[in-house]
Amino acid sequence: MSLFDWFANRRKAGPISKERQEREIADGLWSKCSHCGVLTYAKDLRSNALVCPDCGHHNRVGSDERIEQLIDPQTWCSLSDQLRPTDPLEFRDRKSYTDRIQDTQAKTGLNDSVITGVGELHGLPVALGVMDFRFMGGSMGSVVGEKLTRLIEQGTRDRIPVIIVCASGGARMQEGMLSLMQMAKISGALQRHQEAGVLYMPVLSHPTTGGVTASFAMLGDIIIAEPEATIAFAGRRVVEQTLREKLPDDFQTAEYLLNNGFVDMIVPRTQLKKTLAQLIRLHQPIESREHTNHTMPPTSVPVLDRFPLTTHTVD
Amino acid sequence: MSNAERRPLLLDFEKPLVELESRIIQIRELAEENNVDVSDQIEQLEGRATQLRREIFHSLTPAQRLQVARHPRRPSTLDYIQAMTDEWVELHGDRSTGSDDKALVGGVARLAGRPVVMLGHQKGRDTKDNVARNFGMASPSGYRKAMRLMNHANRFGMPILTFIDTPGAYAGVEAERLGQGEAIAYNLREMFRLDVPIVCTVIGEGGSGGALGIGVGDRLLMFEHSVYTVASPEACAAILWKDAGKAPQAAEALRITATDLQNLGILDEILPEPDGGAHANPLAAAATLKQALVSSLDHLSTHAAAELRELRYQKFRDIGVFLEPAT
Ligand SMILES: [Zn+2]
Repeated sequence: MSLFDWFANRRKAGPISKERQEREIADGLWSKCSHCGVLTYAKDLRSNALVCPDCGHHNRVGSDERIEQLIDPQTWCSLSDQLRPTDPLEFRDRKSYTDRIQDTQAKTGLNDSVITGVGELHGLPVALGVMDFRFMGGSMGSVVGEKLTRLIEQGTRDRIPVIIVCASGGARMQEGMLSLMQMAKISGALQRHQEAGVLYMPVLSHPTTGGVTASFAMLGDIIIAEPEATIAFAGRRVVEQTLREKLPDDFQTAEYLLNNGFVDMIVPRTQLKKTLAQLIRLHQPIESREHTNHTMPPTSVPVLDRFPLTTHTVD
Repeated sequence: MSNAERRPLLLDFEKPLVELESRIIQIRELAEENNVDVSDQIEQLEGRATQLRREIFHSLTPAQRLQVARHPRRPSTLDYIQAMTDEWVELHGDRSTGSDDKALVGGVARLAGRPVVMLGHQKGRDTKDNVARNFGMASPSGYRKAMRLMNHANRFGMPILTFIDTPGAYAGVEAERLGQGEAIAYNLREMFRLDVPIVCTVIGEGGSGGALGIGVGDRLLMFEHSVYTVASPEACAAILWKDAGKAPQAAEALRITATDLQNLGILDEILPEPDGGAHANPLAAAATLKQALVSSLDHLSTHAAAELRELRYQKFRDIGVFLEPAT
């Protein structure tokens, strides 16, 4: 139902006051699209994965809601959720990092900018990490690095696909070089996951930039992007300053990266769960080959179990 | 070198030192003209100059270190390679993007009798060279060339020595179009796969992801006045202070010095610089670096490939500071 219809219905029932309309927006009954400004009934917007039914704009999704969108009900089990940032540099800009952490935690109810866990996606076990832009612009510090590394390590151990939904301004400056090093740490975990022959699919949502782009966002076996998401290494303004010239309109969008060969596909959010499930199923060995791998499995497994040649028949 | 040529290279905190040095020259000239023996006085003044140089360079602020790290005369990757190696053959091209990035150089070399692959960011030695070298800001092609050379080293069992000296990876339209993020990311992952010893040294400026793109190794070394930073202090100040003029404060807050990085558990070894910085005595700095690299390689060569990779993984695995209350 569009707001126009709603008002039309309301008008039949008698005029509503401007105050009432404003109150209902404030109460969250109505949600305003950040792109086209059209008001949509909040429940309708949510059931459409926060994609504007009017213009197709992908409104920002919080980590909790993203997990709801992707994971089957009652199957989610979060990991390392006690991990919290601290202030190893005793960093202070116009505000101390300690205060910034506390204020953001109070405002968002989040410990840091990523939630990780395992769950089922259309019945398929996955290890899922979801970044949350609301927490200091989704920036990556020690907590993000440690949580994602543990998640990937678990994916490697249990041989389950890893999915990371990216939304980040890059490395968190308030943790200095510790943040930069998380890029290497996560990439190292992904190297082992890849060597184990398990699928990794990052989903690049708006915006995915900086150190996240220069590490796990670009290391997927398959890389999925949301429509119109900004995906960049250097920020648009930085590039503009470097060159002092006008940039193409679609510069650093998901569509631009698709054209240049750096993402595999652009998937509307409403189709994301279905697409991920399809891709996971396509990478599953058919049943009789369940225990065979095309790469070396962990060396702790006895050789005979590693290569069950007798079951290697074609069916 | 005339004073006019020196002036733009003079760092502001070196001023008292330079004043003292020019006074020594003046006195010496006057003494010669008048045929007076002032050798005692000169000796005393020179002693004071040495003392002053030591004092200045031992108490540099992070912002001052940044100036030393960016000094136009600071020895570059090719300077060190030429000074340290018995043989050196530069190799070119990434074999994919159709260009050869001059901001990132590499090749095969012999170091103290041992064949190695060496590669690093290359800043220019003068304005013209700097333009050709893009001020040491590598493009995706540079990172792909680096990876190609590292894979080469791996195939032939040669250790890899990388030299970090960049303001950051290049931020241009072409760099973005050709996948700057992907090029760096790929190196970060693949460097964990290599079976040969890797030693990375920050010889000048370690600028963010552009530095890390050749910075995943078994040991990280850093010269005393080098810096290594998550974002340039100028960019950090512009974003967090909303004032690029606050760069000195940002340099302080970001903890970019060798000592800071050692305290954070990121750095393995600090290489002392000659008094006055590496540019004051490049050959002495090269000798220090060579000795450190050779002893690192002697040590790392005792590990089998699998062990080396495990240790490399754990080295990075352990980096990070966070709280985890028991539940
Ligand atoms: Zn809309």
